[in-house]
Amino acid sequence: MLDTIGVDSIDDLFDEIPGHLRAAVMEAIPQGMNEMEISRLMRRRADKNTKALCFMGAGAYQHHIPAAVWEITTRGEFYSAYTPYQAEASQGTLQLTYEYQSMMTALTVMDVSNASMYDGASSLAEAILMSVRANRKSKSRKVLIPTTVNPVYRQTAHTIVKGQQIELLEVPYDKTLGTVSLEQIKQVQEQQGGDITALVLQQPNFFGCLEAVDEITDWAHENNILLIAVINPLIMAVLEPPGEWGSADEKVKGADIACGDGQPLGAPMSAGGPYYGLLCCKQALVRQMPGRIVGRTVDLDGKEGFVLTLQAREQHIRRSKATSNICTNQGLVVTASTIHMAIMGAKGLENTAAACFANNNVLVEKLTAIDGVEKVFAGTHFHETVLQLAGSAADICVSEMLVALMEKGILGGYDLSLDYPELGNAILVCTTEMRSEEDIDVYAKAMQEVLSSAASRQAAALPETA
Amino acid sequence: MLIFEHSSKGRNGAPQSPRDKASVAAIPENLLRKKNATLPEVSELQAVRHYTRLSQKNFSIDTEFYPLGSCTMKYNPRACNTLAMLPGFLNAHPLTPDKQNQGFLACMFDLQSMLCEATGMAAFSLAPMAGAQGEFAGVAMIDAYHKSRGDDGRKEILVPDAAHGTNPATAVMCGFAVREIPTLDNGDVDLDALKLAVGPQTAGLMLTNPSTLGVFERNIEAIAKVVHEAGGLLYYDGANLNAILGKIRPGDMGFDVIHSNLHKTFSTPHGGGGPGSGAVGVAERLIPFLPLPVVAKEENSFRYLTAKDCPQSIGRLSAFMGNPGVLLRAFIYMRFLGREGMVRVAEFATLNANYMMAEAKRRGFTLAIDDRRASHEFIITLKNEARDFHVSAMDFAKRLLDLGYHAPTTYFPLLVPECLLIEPTESEAKEALDGFMDALEQIKQEAELNPELLHAAPQTLPVKRLDEVRAAKQLDLAFAR
Repeated sequence: MLDTIGVDSIDDLFDEIPGHLRAAVMEAIPQGMNEMEISRLMRRRADKNTKALCFMGAGAYQHHIPAAVWEITTRGEFYSAYTPYQAEASQGTLQLTYEYQSMMTALTVMDVSNASMYDGASSLAEAILMSVRANRKSKSRKVLIPTTVNPVYRQTAHTIVKGQQIELLEVPYDKTLGTVSLEQIKQVQEQQGGDITALVLQQPNFFGCLEAVDEITDWAHENNILLIAVINPLIMAVLEPPGEWGSADEKVKGADIACGDGQPLGAPMSAGGPYYGLLCCKQALVRQMPGRIVGRTVDLDGKEGFVLTLQAREQHIRRSKATSNICTNQGLVVTASTIHMAIMGAKGLENTAAACFANNNVLVEKLTAIDGVEKVFAGTHFHETVLQLAGSAADICVSEMLVALMEKGILGGYDLSLDYPELGNAILVCTTEMRSEEDIDVYAKAMQEVLSSAASRQAAALPETA
Repeated sequence: MLIFEHSSKGRNGAPQSPRDKASVAAIPENLLRKKNATLPEVSELQAVRHYTRLSQKNFSIDTEFYPLGSCTMKYNPRACNTLAMLPGFLNAHPLTPDKQNQGFLACMFDLQSMLCEATGMAAFSLAPMAGAQGEFAGVAMIDAYHKSRGDDGRKEILVPDAAHGTNPATAVMCGFAVREIPTLDNGDVDLDALKLAVGPQTAGLMLTNPSTLGVFERNIEAIAKVVHEAGGLLYYDGANLNAILGKIRPGDMGFDVIHSNLHKTFSTPHGGGGPGSGAVGVAERLIPFLPLPVVAKEENSFRYLTAKDCPQSIGRLSAFMGNPGVLLRAFIYMRFLGREGMVRVAEFATLNANYMMAEAKRRGFTLAIDDRRASHEFIITLKNEARDFHVSAMDFAKRLLDLGYHAPTTYFPLLVPECLLIEPTESEAKEALDGFMDALEQIKQEAELNPELLHAAPQTLPVKRLDEVRAAKQLDLAFAR
């Protein structure tokens, strides 16, 4: 090969690189390993991660995934293919993506789905950017986000939209219900002078509570505000899907944009990803949609086939005028999710979601039976609930409780005191279909033990009274 | 046939979900779904067969030579997948306390450190979930850096005209104006034009080196000097890092901030279009602005840094830690290679590209840049063939598919007419390279003797050429229910 090129050594091929800039040996990188050695290292590290009974949600959920899902997904033909730019040689990925779009629009009852975004949080950011481009009746670039929207979603949205003079305005929640009220939304709207571009609404919200989606969606549309829904797609098998929010006129009914994380549909928790962001919209907004979209068409013989379409929106064509800089989607995770939805079917997803709801009610019932453990918000909650350590349980703070539970092999929930200090000693617990009644009993017993031993420590520390 | 068209009412993979539906009567009626979604109703076997068959309609690295320029379609070692999917990693909730997540965090910390060493940067964040998000983080850090110094007038990002489309799109997303810098015929940036373009409005220059034209930017030191003297920062688009791994480091070339496409250089799977990873590295002065989370080592344990530790951070880019499964695969790949292996990557990728380029010339093809070394990729222009035989680069690409090769990148970079951007990667043996060149030569002959064969290609794939105009005009984006 060197002869064909006409050089003496491989090193000659690098002679355009200035000699004094050439890299030295990279000492900080260890020597290479063979597969046996690296397997040993990785197994050791994987085993170091503690296995715990998971009652944590807050944006990532432990669900059952059929074995077939990742068996098929990691076939080399899906795993090691790239973006389907050569459509004829990528019909597998393209048809699958079209089927994904079909399933996601069916689940959300939205008109259009793209081929996916990075994750739920960044998908919300893109939904906000999209709403600002799409809502031509509004000039304010002001977007309302209730504080019942996942805090890390709000933080991510802020990072991504702040370069574009968009104002994200918080709306506080009702302290009794744990949901945002229309009155509070109206108040912020008035303070801001009336012109609002979009409103974000999460269902179920971060506290697991159910927002009054119909009433709020109708109000938004009456005020020329685009409604951005943040949803858990699995739960939409049971709850009213965003495409049907609002009770008004069929023509304006429904959220304008729906986004969320697809993780509950076939992606393992995997320390945070890869997941994927779902992004759906009404037909009228399709040209403002960022990311890849697959369309069905025909070939020269009139045979059905699939291509990437509406590419004039995208960065590789429009460059600085593109709808977003996004290039990839989360293709492989979407592959898994599509197979997952196909195997589960609507019935399987519905039963799974309903089991999450029912199991969580059992958990809440058993935990609140413990003296001092109380439910914070009235009203319906789906598969996550805010609990408070109050009264006789108030002596132990949530972070201590969670550490003590972890020592008993339980990932007990999310400590809300950082993001919501006003809730005091509060914890967000979650139950999925994976948690059996026995698991729940283990949790309740452990919490009781932690509280009892804290109480006896407390008693021992008290001076004896005569 | 779509999966929906296999449906039969009432069928599903029953053993995969709770047998009966638990009551949801406690939820107010108006908040409940009225009608089940129209998802497929198929057995597990039907689904498995359908998706296995779909997979067989794809070209992939595991099945075909895939010399897609600028995408670095190298072999994805199977062990990287198997080991990243160990239950200890898969079952970790992202909000697991750091103390119980040490195995994973150790991998992330080591990956950060190895990336620093491989690129010559002072610190890395693994948060960005793709190259474009890495670019976003990089440009946002440049913005934050200038603003932190009260230098508020820097409103322009410079981008060479050969750059990837994501570069200008990113700059705009971060609130900057974009100014294009022309490229000379020899592939180098037009230094005189750059000198005229920089000024107190310059926030930075985004540069890919080796460039998208497949050559090393020889004036890199002079470019760095011009940009830095104007007060701007230098951004390295790591799309082509594979070409120089272990040979020269972006940090040593004077770059202040870089992103590395781990799905290219560090072999994480492309997955039919993602998930990727665009880890960002920075020089000392930009460390405070890195996106979160970052993993720190304290004594012998690891923890995530938060906004409290890094008040000047540009913030979060995702709900959790970017794409951890992808990051684990990159970590495993880097440990496989080790420091010697990394140098071999650049050497064999460059050898393969230069060999193919020499072969292309020998076989009568016109090179976009004739008198220079190729990096890990090179460009053929088919403008003569287009003129003489009325065949396009796209016709060549489609005919290659018929002959069992994935096509190179076509029509990019935009500067070169009728181009094929060819990147063999280090993974391929000489036989594969020769086979591809034979196919290309055969097509060149066919173009002269029987151009219809090219126009009608592909003939052997599941579909013939698809009507893209119809796809965009008569939008059909979901199965009609």
